[in-house]
Amino acid sequence: MKTKKFREPLTNTQLLMTITICIFFTMYLLSMIFLGGGFLRPQQIFDMLNDNASLIIVSLGLTIVMIGGGIDISVGAVTSLVVMSCVIYLNKGGSVIGSVLMALGIGLAFGVIQGFLISYLDIQPFIVTLAGMFFARGFTTILSVEPQKVAHEGFDVLRKAELKISWLGYTANNGNVIPGTIELGVFIALLCFVLVFILLKFVKLGRAFYAIGGNQASALMLGIDVKKTRFMSYLICGLLSGISGFVFMMHTGAGNATNAAGMEMNAIASSIIGGTLLTGGVGDVVGTFFGTLTLTTIKKIVVASGLNDPWWQSITTGGMLCFFILLQSVVLNKRSKKKK
Amino acid sequence: MKSKEKKFFAGGFGQLTIPLIAIALLVIFNLIRDPSFFSITLSHNNDGNTVLSGNLISIINGASELAILAMGMTLVTAACRGQDISVGAAAAIAGSVFVKVLMASSSINAGTVILAFVCSCIVAMLFGCFNGVLVAVFRIQPMIATLILYTCGRSIAYWINGGATPNVKSPILSGIGSFIPGIPIPTPVLIVAVMAVIFKLLFRFTSLELLTQSVGINESAAKLNGINATFIKLLSFIILGVCVCVAGMIGVCRLGLINHETLLIDVEMDTILAVAIGGNNLGGGKFKISGSIIGAYVIQMLTTTLYAMKVSSTDVKAYKAIVIVLLVVIGSPVVKKKFDKVIRNMKSLKDADSKGEAKA
Repeated sequence: MKTKKFREPLTNTQLLMTITICIFFTMYLLSMIFLGGGFLRPQQIFDMLNDNASLIIVSLGLTIVMIGGGIDISVGAVTSLVVMSCVIYLNKGGSVIGSVLMALGIGLAFGVIQGFLISYLDIQPFIVTLAGMFFARGFTTILSVEPQKVAHEGFDVLRKAELKISWLGYTANNGNVIPGTIELGVFIALLCFVLVFILLKFVKLGRAFYAIGGNQASALMLGIDVKKTRFMSYLICGLLSGISGFVFMMHTGAGNATNAAGMEMNAIASSIIGGTLLTGGVGDVVGTFFGTLTLTTIKKIVVASGLNDPWWQSITTGGMLCFFILLQSVVLNKRSKKKK
Repeated sequence: MKSKEKKFFAGGFGQLTIPLIAIALLVIFNLIRDPSFFSITLSHNNDGNTVLSGNLISIINGASELAILAMGMTLVTAACRGQDISVGAAAAIAGSVFVKVLMASSSINAGTVILAFVCSCIVAMLFGCFNGVLVAVFRIQPMIATLILYTCGRSIAYWINGGATPNVKSPILSGIGSFIPGIPIPTPVLIVAVMAVIFKLLFRFTSLELLTQSVGINESAAKLNGINATFIKLLSFIILGVCVCVAGMIGVCRLGLINHETLLIDVEMDTILAVAIGGNNLGGGKFKISGSIIGAYVIQMLTTTLYAMKVSSTDVKAYKAIVIVLLVVIGSPVVKKKFDKVIRNMKSLKDADSKGEAKA
């Protein structure tokens, strides 16, 4: 991919993305060399994917919205609402297919309502999705304040479905061979990733997201239905939060009112680290994917390097975020000056 | 007559139309539901002071931190066309520093409290400066720049406290947090009033308001006119830092302890909401601080009304969201235009009728 781009200069999107990917690999290599241990096992990467499948899905949706020049901070709360309602539905004796439909339905409903308010009524996206976040969080506690555990046979089968790769496993201290495990949720996340990638690269609608995010007026002159496109971006984001909720439930198997707390900010951070700009028009889901992995790797490194005080994890995350944001700003400023 | 009517529907009170309508609706709703909601009584609190109590007082008292933060946030919003989402975390840091200094000093008296306030103020201003430099010098969008402090702010506060939630008890602190002996009005309300007056004086005697608005409306035009846009942006964040410090101090004094996790939790979202309900454009430019203050009281009144209706504290958010959506839908430009059209159609019909009558 890189060799192809050598002839023409990289666009801003590709440059920011490349920086992120390079930093991710350097960081991972360095931790493999200096920290060793878990980082040498492939399971470390699988664990990162297993734990963050739902975050990846949510970040994909958020990237689409951010490329379109908007913001959606309701995603974490919607995820939590989906988890709670699906858990309650399953425990009342519902079917697995019903719960999948329910997850998609809730996500879609949030997407449709928020998208309508933002694009057709012209209300600031921050306020609308803030209200969406309040509503979803509040409704989750109305459903149940107590944590709920899923007890459902059909769902347990789905939950236990995982791919075991024995040759990527490792031998534990007691001599047992533990195979590399990938959960079903990761495959759902990867499927979403591929679909969104195709949407953004090769589908007219996806290109329209970039157009309205880059310059709304010229997008209008190109004959793009700006309102409809913006509506679609929120709709897709809502749908992805619904899927993310289901994946979250498959990972934890329980519903809790504080599920996915702060997920929206993590998703925004992943998108930013991946090179998406909040101003719109710039961004790529490949970058977002690596952004999520980078964010998780930082946390893993902090734990592995023995900083066990509870505050270090978020302080280092903040520091790294600061580094990435500054780097992007400096790089972009330099480029825009060069062009002039 | 005609122009007056037109002016009202186009927002006769300017941007204050929506917050005032919201307050009026809430008051009417409460009057119908339970008129005793507004009763104010004089009672004696545990310390034997004569104090005012009642729902109205608790609304005005409870919204104090929010109102103070909303004042600073309005300035940042106007100048930088974005919001600071780290105010809650920064307030936790300021509160921690405040408590740390008080714990370090041998006794808590007026001098040490002032010293602690000054120290926490400096720290809060430094963090404001950090955000401000990112926004003004490095040209990062405010929401992203402050995301950094939002992520790690509460952990820094935890670190300052050394992993504990220390208590501080003193009559001076409870004087700041609740009532000063002999004065029946809660002290936080007085602090809000003082802050509002300071802002008013600041705008009266300096050209800060004008400069901020011009930077927010068109930065390059402002620069061409010789305004130092970078400095104005930085200044708005530093002023917000002072507001954050005051809010954090009130929060600490109310409880007499610093808890980095729960101090002013989720306040950043409420603050932005207060600014938006106050009719300020979140995209920067013209602003009215009075709108934001009213917005803060609208939010608190809504919350208190819901509590009075026996809604549990965790469920309040859902109902709040519905009211917010209703408010912003009423205030949205598209709905306003439609509404104007309907009014105009009705009027033209009326005119046609009266003309027809005249002819007949």
